[in-house]
Amino acid sequence: MQRKKYNAYGITRREMLASGALAAAGVVLGGSPLSASAQALKKAAKAKSVIQVFLWGGMSHTDTWDPKEKAGYDYTGQFDKVIATNVSGIKVSSLFPKLAQQADKYSLIRSMTHRNNGHETAAYLMQTGHQPGERLAYPCVGAVFSLMKGYDAGYKGLIPPYVVLTRPQGRFSESGFLGNKYKPFATGGDPNAERFEVEGVVARGISDGRQSGRRKLLGDLNSLATAMPGNSAVLNSKAAEESAYELILGQGKDVFDLSLESRELRKEYGLHTFGQECLVARRLVEAGVPYITINYPGGWDTHANHFDTMNKQCPQLDQGLARLLQDLEQRGLLESTLVWCCGEFGRSPKVDWQPPWNGGRNHYGNCFSVLVAGGGFKGGAVVGESTERGEEVARRPVYPVDLLGSIYTLAGIDMYAKLPHPMGLEAQVLPQGDEVKSSGLLEEIM
Amino acid sequence: MLMTRGMRKFFGLTVLISWQVHAQQEGGETFFSNRPPLPETKIDQLVLSKLKRGGFQLQFCTDQVFLRRAYLDITGTLPTADEARRFLEDKSFNKRIKLIDTLLATDAYADYWTMKWCDVLRVKAEFPVNLWPNAAQAYYYWVRTSIRDNKRYDHFVREMLLANGSNFRVGAVNFYRAIQQRSPEGIAATVALTFMGARTDLWEPTQLQNMAVFFSEISYKPTSEWKEEVVFWDPNQIFHSITNPALQTAEYKKRGKALLPDGRSVKLPNGVDPRAVFADWLINEKNPWFATLYVNRAWGWLLGRGIIHEVDDIRRDNKPGNMELLKYLSADFIRSGYDMKHTLRSILISQSYHLSSIYEGAQEQELIPLFACYQVRRMDAEVLIDAINKVTGSTELYTSAIPEPFTFVPANQPAVALPDGSISSSFLELFGKPARATGMDNERVNRYSDTQKLHLLNSSHIRDKIEKGSNLTPIFGSKMKQPQMIDELYLTVLARYPTKDEVASINRYVTESKLSLRDVGIDVAWALINSDEFVHRH
Repeated sequence: MQRKKYNAYGITRREMLASGALAAAGVVLGGSPLSASAQALKKAAKAKSVIQVFLWGGMSHTDTWDPKEKAGYDYTGQFDKVIATNVSGIKVSSLFPKLAQQADKYSLIRSMTHRNNGHETAAYLMQTGHQPGERLAYPCVGAVFSLMKGYDAGYKGLIPPYVVLTRPQGRFSESGFLGNKYKPFATGGDPNAERFEVEGVVARGISDGRQSGRRKLLGDLNSLATAMPGNSAVLNSKAAEESAYELILGQGKDVFDLSLESRELRKEYGLHTFGQECLVARRLVEAGVPYITINYPGGWDTHANHFDTMNKQCPQLDQGLARLLQDLEQRGLLESTLVWCCGEFGRSPKVDWQPPWNGGRNHYGNCFSVLVAGGGFKGGAVVGESTERGEEVARRPVYPVDLLGSIYTLAGIDMYAKLPHPMGLEAQVLPQGDEVKSSGLLEEIM
Repeated sequence: MLMTRGMRKFFGLTVLISWQVHAQQEGGETFFSNRPPLPETKIDQLVLSKLKRGGFQLQFCTDQVFLRRAYLDITGTLPTADEARRFLEDKSFNKRIKLIDTLLATDAYADYWTMKWCDVLRVKAEFPVNLWPNAAQAYYYWVRTSIRDNKRYDHFVREMLLANGSNFRVGAVNFYRAIQQRSPEGIAATVALTFMGARTDLWEPTQLQNMAVFFSEISYKPTSEWKEEVVFWDPNQIFHSITNPALQTAEYKKRGKALLPDGRSVKLPNGVDPRAVFADWLINEKNPWFATLYVNRAWGWLLGRGIIHEVDDIRRDNKPGNMELLKYLSADFIRSGYDMKHTLRSILISQSYHLSSIYEGAQEQELIPLFACYQVRRMDAEVLIDAINKVTGSTELYTSAIPEPFTFVPANQPAVALPDGSISSSFLELFGKPARATGMDNERVNRYSDTQKLHLLNSSHIRDKIEKGSNLTPIFGSKMKQPQMIDELYLTVLARYPTKDEVASINRYVTESKLSLRDVGIDVAWALINSDEFVHRH
């Protein structure tokens, strides 16, 4: 068989003509289609903050937002029920009754694809847009925001510009070659606990009076600093101390204080870690933080025990995320707050009933789903389509650069902006060139 | 005032000395003195005489500063309170040299310098180099054994360059696996950075293609064991250049020769591994990169800045700050038989290493490139957490997320001795443990950030160590009188006695805060751990 000839967008000419997807998406062949459409979409830039809900491990797409209820028991297992949403024609799995009632606020991408089935490599692709295996690791979206929307860009907030609730991903260095300065601030603690003890900000059992006393004592005993007041390391340390105390003793810590919210609202978000994380995320948005990542507290890597895990986790995801979208809208923040939610890949549509999995699903990067909302994304739409059993993209593939490029564009970040490279090489936010698979920004929902 | 002149003398103080006596020594100096602590060496003739001619006032570090500095730089650890007492009370004239020699012979030296080499050699199981845990362990063990035994540097490098065998059994072959781009050019670029300090991104593309020929016959093959991989010389390997598809091995074979990075051409005889031809050229006293890179690293790692800056950026248009020094150290290193410890020791016993970090009448930016003062630097992430654990008497949990089941390491494991870059903790990530992605020296960033400060000042993680650690709690809970408790805390945390001013500040704190003696102890320990003196090398 003759090797298929792929064009710059990773699909064959035949597929392209057959689908008409590119024409529909307004992609111009030749030149740089993504950047051309990004130019046109600049007006759409509305997102001041981004909330990323990362479902690490990879959440099944067919059991959730791209249900294939007629695929048969070997595919659906016990999840063969779908429910209507508040947008006619869009159905989701019955595991998401609350999100179903908010479908007008978000869009579902059902044709996300990168064909990579390794956790780290797929997570890297989904969060940087770059192929793994280059000499230097690229920064993930949050770190790029930290660079482009953070202190270097005039951000003045007390809270660091890139916050992770509550633990860092650890699968790869989030800031890549940008280095430490752009790493996220990981809160630690549990917002569902009696008191959300944000690591470093809120300390248990130390009064503000003792904090102030200690600060003075530290100044008095900091003899080396006294002996060399002009030293750059000492000056840098002093500046860091001042910022830290603005959080510890200033108003910064109130942002994390959930007792300032009504009991009722906390209940509606869900009295579990994820629900309260969503509430903290909203408070961070109100405080002007440009990028917030919620690393889902619990993995979605359901090789085994898949159905039990889904039955436990989906209702919490449903409750927290649905209330967050509703709350953002009620407060007039949805327009300026972009929310995106997905894992590094989906899970194999066919259930693996063999031991040792006994009813599990494996890694699946060929086709999966993403939820996007707000910040300039339209709600109530579905982008793309998967095949009958959710195994492949049937229409309108969405590649990582398409999704991330759309997010950057809506936040007013040039997706091909140069990044400071440690060796002075050319490096840009998203990759460009013939080998980069793309089928255009998500213009249909922007 | 803390900084008046005249050397503060700790000699002659006994273990049981009362606080009043040495607090009355105040007026002496805590951090620096202008009396040279050691005789001048050849290095000093090249560094200090130049400075003196330039009119710089040289100031040397006091014994207490040196003690801490030497422990941190040689072993990546801090002295205990007893070790501090013993050194400060030692009256012998050569006690600094004795300490240097003792520290260079410790296991902690091997652990710490192995960590530095493992950054350069990218010893890491997972992303992005993906060595796999067993292979990372084998690689680590090989590096550590080499450093512990002070293997000749030329042998150390040659073993890696010519390595063949299983990644699980022959540690050194993992050098060729810890490379993200496993093409002849990718390998050549890594070899150039690691052993020549050359950044091939700045080269002409043909120069890299030429060098790649020497690495074009390396092959990798799996075995029946899970994730085992054999690296070997395969003369039948066909070389395909990525950047220039016209270049193929046959082409070179026909010519029977290849071009070295310095532009000279060399024969590639049949039946000889081309890597050996390259190694013969590289590991040669006439090679301009080889010894230079090692001595530059040694200098930079000890003093915070290479003679050529950055330490691994050696090229014609990046001039060394002191050419004579670089030449002398290289020649001396070669003369010593590529003895790594010999070079370290020569630097450590020079007056240049004993300069104070405090200077007067000049700008730091001006002094640092001239090595006219010791550069203040925040401790490495691993060194800092080990220091905190050591002074407080607590431990840390290190894990690796992959492979499952998760890797757990013993509770008393020092972070400096973690064998695999994938094994980490949130503290290490926060404080800039390098990703070991490129092997470049600048991957490790020791800049003190706001969030790091927040963590040290106020996290439950650090608080628990101070309040519950087995080393400090006996001091807080003891029947010691307040002055003794303060002495103990200072010796434990800062390896020195408090000054009169510091004692006065603490007395004031006792009166003003109305806290119990235990809480005062906790707050003093907290303040000392957060002081710039603790967190930095100085």
